[in-house]
Amino acid sequence: MGLALGTAAVVLVVLLWELARPTLKRTLARLHPLWQEYRRGRAPAGYDPGRERRAEQRARALLRSCVSERDWAMYRDLGFLRVWGGLGDHGRGSGAAYAYLIYPHKPIVAYMPQTGELLNEYCVAFPDHTKPYGSSRLPDSDDVLAKWMALTADERRLVGEANMHLPGRQVDPDRVRRDIVRLCRWEQQTAREPIPPSGRGASNGWDPDNITAA
Amino acid sequence: MKPGHGEILLAEGDVEVPEQEQELIEAFRRELDAGMWAAVPTATPGGRREAELVKRFDEVPRDAERVIFFPRAAGGAQPAIG
Repeated sequence: MGLALGTAAVVLVVLLWELARPTLKRTLARLHPLWQEYRRGRAPAGYDPGRERRAEQRARALLRSCVSERDWAMYRDLGFLRVWGGLGDHGRGSGAAYAYLIYPHKPIVAYMPQTGELLNEYCVAFPDHTKPYGSSRLPDSDDVLAKWMALTADERRLVGEANMHLPGRQVDPDRVRRDIVRLCRWEQQTAREPIPPSGRGASNGWDPDNITAA
Repeated sequence: MKPGHGEILLAEGDVEVPEQEQELIEAFRRELDAGMWAAVPTATPGGRREAELVKRFDEVPRDAERVIFFPRAAGGAQPAIG
């Protein structure tokens, strides 16, 4: 009796499954594109130039609010920041034995201001592993600010975290030497005349102050 | 600091108001627990701008205007482009 009932139940389930299967398949097929659309709507978009420009604008405003007017003008006009080294006998400041050039998303370059000799490259990044928009890369000016904060707050620690290489591994040494010359000229020029509120951009013609939100 | 966004305001308040201070402490802990570094921009009496890394909320100067959180440093910058 029990066996018969069990068999009947199994047959009933199989029959119901066979009857419902086409309807279920049709329903799933109908829902699939809707589900894809829903996922696309929820997922962060890929690279969006407008969003990146707005992010860079905010990053520049933050950088400007943290560094001195002079350093800001240096970054605005030249595209990099110079930070004096603080571990030598002379302390941090214009008399320091060495200095760093901070470029966005490139290694920090240490050099001797007196001779222009390049010392080392410190490869360091600040990756955000949560990748909020699919990328772990901070806006350019945020990367510069992160390096500036880490260097001025705890130079030894940052240098310890970085991978140190000889000059030329990632940054073209000729370009760095040209940048040091540009920096010297810029300092001479700005010593003679006040820093203008807005200047032309780095050597590639990019004008950082003229970024507009898209 | 966030990729694709830049600066994001996480919390704001007055450290002299206990409830607001508690909110600031929680936000601070949340960021550090997420692996971020915290820095306070400062200015020396001579006008030099610097930053101070802080690891605990009580290390933040009481008169600090803001604390900036950013991803911790990792050796090995991405290959140079251009």
